[in-house]
Amino acid sequence: MLGIQLSELLGEVPPGVEEALDLVAGLDDALVHGLGRLGEERATAFAALAGAMAGTPLGDRLGEAVEKIANGSVADEYLTALAGGRTALFGAVHDALLDRLDSALGRTRAEWAGLSAPASAPDNLLAGSRSWLRELAITGWRGVDHDLVSASSQTVEALLAEPGLRGLAVLLDGFAAELRASSPIATMDVPPARRWADLWARAVLLSHPEGRTGVQEAAGVTGRLLILGVDVHEHGTAVQVQVHGLLEVSGESRPRLVRTSVAAAKVDTIVGTAVWGLLAGYPVLMGALAERRSLQVADMPLTAGGDLVWQEERARPGEAADPFAVARVQLAGALAPAVPPLDRHPVRIAEPVLVEGFTAFVEQDGSVEFRLNDTSIPVAVDRLPACGPLTPELVAAASAVLGLMRWDAGRWSLQPFAVQTTVKRKPAEAHTGDWAMGPTDPKVVKAEAKAGDAVAVLRERAGRLLRR
Amino acid sequence: MNADRTAWDRRSVVPVIPPIQRRKLAKVPFVELADGRLQGVVSSGSDIARVYVSSIAAKTHGFNCSTNNNRPCGGLGSRPCKHLVALATEAVLQYGFERVARYLGVEAGDGDSTGGDLIRVLKGGPESIPAATVFSRFLRHLAYLEVPATTEPIADLQWFPATGAVR
Repeated sequence: MLGIQLSELLGEVPPGVEEALDLVAGLDDALVHGLGRLGEERATAFAALAGAMAGTPLGDRLGEAVEKIANGSVADEYLTALAGGRTALFGAVHDALLDRLDSALGRTRAEWAGLSAPASAPDNLLAGSRSWLRELAITGWRGVDHDLVSASSQTVEALLAEPGLRGLAVLLDGFAAELRASSPIATMDVPPARRWADLWARAVLLSHPEGRTGVQEAAGVTGRLLILGVDVHEHGTAVQVQVHGLLEVSGESRPRLVRTSVAAAKVDTIVGTAVWGLLAGYPVLMGALAERRSLQVADMPLTAGGDLVWQEERARPGEAADPFAVARVQLAGALAPAVPPLDRHPVRIAEPVLVEGFTAFVEQDGSVEFRLNDTSIPVAVDRLPACGPLTPELVAAASAVLGLMRWDAGRWSLQPFAVQTTVKRKPAEAHTGDWAMGPTDPKVVKAEAKAGDAVAVLRERAGRLLRR
Repeated sequence: MNADRTAWDRRSVVPVIPPIQRRKLAKVPFVELADGRLQGVVSSGSDIARVYVSSIAAKTHGFNCSTNNNRPCGGLGSRPCKHLVALATEAVLQYGFERVARYLGVEAGDGDSTGGDLIRVLKGGPESIPAATVFSRFLRHLAYLEVPATTEPIADLQWFPATGAVR
């Protein structure tokens, strides 16, 4: 990304974004206090949301929902309309931001061509989730107690056993854990209103019988996957490694930007480099990360949303491929995928970019900023995962960075996943996936040996105690 | 930083749960601050198939320790047994002294920093606490390791970035 591209991106906020987010704030605030006791002020904010969306296909349902809820009738269908309206606003914000980013980068994006046929799922499981989410909405975050949080456990357990509902299970579990850790929320300083309303609204839509797009239609592709870097997602009981790369599909002249992911269940005491141990069943993909290799894939499913659904048996390791070289030569001309309709939310914006020629500034509070020409971009050093070798110091000393463009609360930032730097006067590189097959830094290896193998200890305990 | 603070309730991605520290799990495989208690499971030193379920209630500081088969711990008298000390020690490693003390509502002195210090200032006595509830939470905890990995993309996890390199 060049300075001129960055200044175009940061130049001005796309029209309507701030207004849309202000509308959402009224709903978010209502959820803090509970829909069961909507005061006059919050009812007005509610009405503004419905009013703004009156001309949309959701207008009628949203209008009805707002009226009913204000009168104390909090039924699932009204909550679905509310969550739908909120999600549609974020969808519009997402589109405006991504458009701006694409045009600044000169990136071409495919049109959405996927089918999102609802997948079938046992409705009793979804009903359990809906009823918990309804209780939450009525009570409001401020009123959440231990019993209400614990009431989600059975639902989550049942959802985890259903492969098609993994996303909802992981979402509810992460959400419940935050509510639990924040209790008593009644006395919490400021609840994270935007975030919890995001999680709630998404869960409401995924719990609707027709709300899930399920497994997206995927077509088999054959070609070469060139890895750019890896983004890691994690909460107490889940970890996901999401690889961003360029896929050269046989017979196509232009590489495609794709993601490929592996997720595992875990517990909160499995942290840092230990998470890689949970992904040991994917040696081809993890090996390619650790060794910085390309991968040959044959007839591997690729969704319309640009997700390569990884299958080890359809992949084999290729030649060494330096992600920086790949990005310099091919990233600018790559075709970006369309975003699946339900996933259109600013948090999903994660566009790979290569940034060089910057000056790094480190503030007193530890935050890092890159300046390109006259424009500065904050660097999300708080998003460097503990499982990899990247540190704020390495990032601040870097001469080139590969990472993802992110947006949250009115601000773009750069989340690094690889750096080129100089260590003891020699050029060096560090990538988040370097330790995918185990740490290579002697100090980290030693610390890991000292901490013991958490996964092995817990598996031994499980083997002895679980089936009794 | 101040701007970040004010935007806390306007951000989709904020760290809500403080990070926990890695620790050895062999002796105390499970510790949690939940249901108004510091509770967990301590492996028996003598019998590999036996575990002790230990818990300390917040505020009242009532405590209990028994085996997973609900036999009372022999070491438990009017003061906490060694399993409770081990529980508190590992909780401090995992969550930090501050967080555990705050959760339990312990009034710690200036020099207090260990699990032993926490146990010393508890003002409660033995109290009936349902071991079965805690033990079933432990079993549920272990059951996560049996959930198979998946390669279906989980878009929902975009809200949960891995962090922690900043220590």
